[in-house]
Amino acid sequence: MNIHEYQARALLKAQGIPMLDGDVASTPTEAEAIARRLSGTVVIKAQVHAGGRGKAGGVRLAKSPSEALDHAAEILGMQIKGLTVQKVLVVPAAEIASESYLGLIMDRETQRPVFMASSAGGVDIEEVAQKTPEKIVRFPVDPTYGLFSHQALRLAFALYRDFAQVKAAARIMEQLYAAFVANGASLAEINPLVTTPDGRVLALDAKIVIDDNELFWRPDLGLLRDETAEQPSEAAARRANLSFIKLDGDVGCVVNGAGLAMATMDLVKYYGGEPANFLDIGGSSSPEKVINALKIITADPHVKAILFNIFGGITRTDDVANGIVAATRQFKVKVPIVIRLTGTNEAEAIRILNAVGMTALSDMDEAVARVVQLAKEAA
Amino acid sequence: MSIFADEKTRLLVQGITGREGSFHARQMLEYGTQIVAGVTPGKGGQRFEGAVPVFDTVAEAVEKTGANTTVIYVPPMAAAAAIIEAADAGMPLIVCITEGIPVMHMSRVMPFVRSRGVRLIGPNCPGLITPGSRTKVGIIPGNICTAGRVGLVSRSGTLTYEVVNHLTRAGIGQSTCVGIGGDPIIGTNFIDCLRAFQDDPATDAIVMLGEIGGTDEQKAAEFVTAHVTKPVVGFIAGQTAPKGRRMGHAGAIISGSSGTAEEKIGAFEAAGIRVMRRPVDVIELLRKRT
Repeated sequence: MNIHEYQARALLKAQGIPMLDGDVASTPTEAEAIARRLSGTVVIKAQVHAGGRGKAGGVRLAKSPSEALDHAAEILGMQIKGLTVQKVLVVPAAEIASESYLGLIMDRETQRPVFMASSAGGVDIEEVAQKTPEKIVRFPVDPTYGLFSHQALRLAFALYRDFAQVKAAARIMEQLYAAFVANGASLAEINPLVTTPDGRVLALDAKIVIDDNELFWRPDLGLLRDETAEQPSEAAARRANLSFIKLDGDVGCVVNGAGLAMATMDLVKYYGGEPANFLDIGGSSSPEKVINALKIITADPHVKAILFNIFGGITRTDDVANGIVAATRQFKVKVPIVIRLTGTNEAEAIRILNAVGMTALSDMDEAVARVVQLAKEAA
Repeated sequence: MSIFADEKTRLLVQGITGREGSFHARQMLEYGTQIVAGVTPGKGGQRFEGAVPVFDTVAEAVEKTGANTTVIYVPPMAAAAAIIEAADAGMPLIVCITEGIPVMHMSRVMPFVRSRGVRLIGPNCPGLITPGSRTKVGIIPGNICTAGRVGLVSRSGTLTYEVVNHLTRAGIGQSTCVGIGGDPIIGTNFIDCLRAFQDDPATDAIVMLGEIGGTDEQKAAEFVTAHVTKPVVGFIAGQTAPKGRRMGHAGAIISGSSGTAEEKIGAFEAAGIRVMRRPVDVIELLRKRT
């Protein structure tokens, strides 16, 4: 789960990580009031779950409260990578002597949280990683013990020479690790971590991604979710317990299992079509889930045809058939539906579909080729 | 012969009285699996289906029944503890089906599992099945499998069923099918399975089903080049996935250029792995013996 910069700042601040005071605003007048309270030059930053905010014009310097008002008015409501900016963060502009990068990520390879630190911060860290990987120091932490202070110190020496700054940075690393663990994060990042001309070490930005699997028993973290920052269809799908991602094509896909769902999208492409979505109804599929899935897909006006691809294992294909029949009774589906199902209770599923004049295919290739054809005819 | 599960498997089911556990325990029994015990704390002394003894702890179940493999169906909040309990009891093979375990929990579980020298398969996986000895440990539907000499290893569930179904219908049987799971931290990876299949005299060819995210497939390709002499057929799901988006599996995340389908398919081809464009291609590519 992505959270906003202002929320990540609060989680880091709770661990004591030093940063400049700031506040979040939903209207230009609020932004102006915050700028007046902070006094001096401020930065207005769009709060949106997308990278490249600066390049999109979502980060601006304001020398006065009235400038803050104007910039906030422009940024609020702005579209960045298809998402509408609903909030801005207003923080004092810092004087910067040096910029570093500090990140902590759960690493698949070492199976541990790994620190990444680089004195080449501030710029695009992915570019640094690609062109000059030696400039990034990596350090895996044993989660059984956590980060020892001497390890933090050694890592901090990779960033700074001045011992006061080394100590300050080491402390920030321990605090960042604490924030990572306390909030079930899969990523926690400060970019840039800066030094000021008077020698202080400060976090100027904050990014935290929370492991979705933590939300199950950490409802407090779930409260950080901002549904207005998501695609409405994706938010609706999540509420219905469906794994859904909207894409640009016209073939709607309802599949059980993430791997098969991806393979189905690939096959749509193989037969010359474009998938409209990724949708995994999961293992145990009640008819209710199928109804919700159809509602979400048919709400997309670009969808010209819908494919069901169900391989029944735990999923009972008769549940899916019942869901399709119930959905088409509840609301009119205006586009053609192609159903492929095989596996658990297949005969019963086919009987249910046939009873209302629908048919099912058992072969995946045949079903995908047909749905692509139907989508083309409707386009 | 086969890998990881065979006629010597004496299976324990952790969570046998739960909704998922009891359903799948019945399916495994029906298939022919030798289930010797179940564990549900607080329900020791009961009998599952009137036959399988239920114990309060894994240690007691092992001591009384000689169980040598365990399969875990407990809810996500109890799953990490269940894996640790099994490892602590010295269970040589632990298969965890549970989906939704926080990655931080798994990060703490793995060093402990290693310290006990046992093997974990999963979590968030469909388990494994050896049709030749009618041994099923997990949730792979038994009726789509048939005994034979092709080994299959996969990161996904239903995609595995799709491919196995093609094999069976074409008369190509399987030695063992293993689902290793799609989570970022898993106990057994592609290389572990490739090594086991290479060493298994009952396996003639290997099918490997990967997906986008991470670098496991690329490393597996390097391993194939260096150590695998048997023919390997591979597939990568997610060629049309948008970059940087999570696709249900935590593993299916693309960061930068690392982990894209193109990169993985390229690594497969460079290693001489025959790459399937569609699931059905598995038949033709396995039959092509050059």
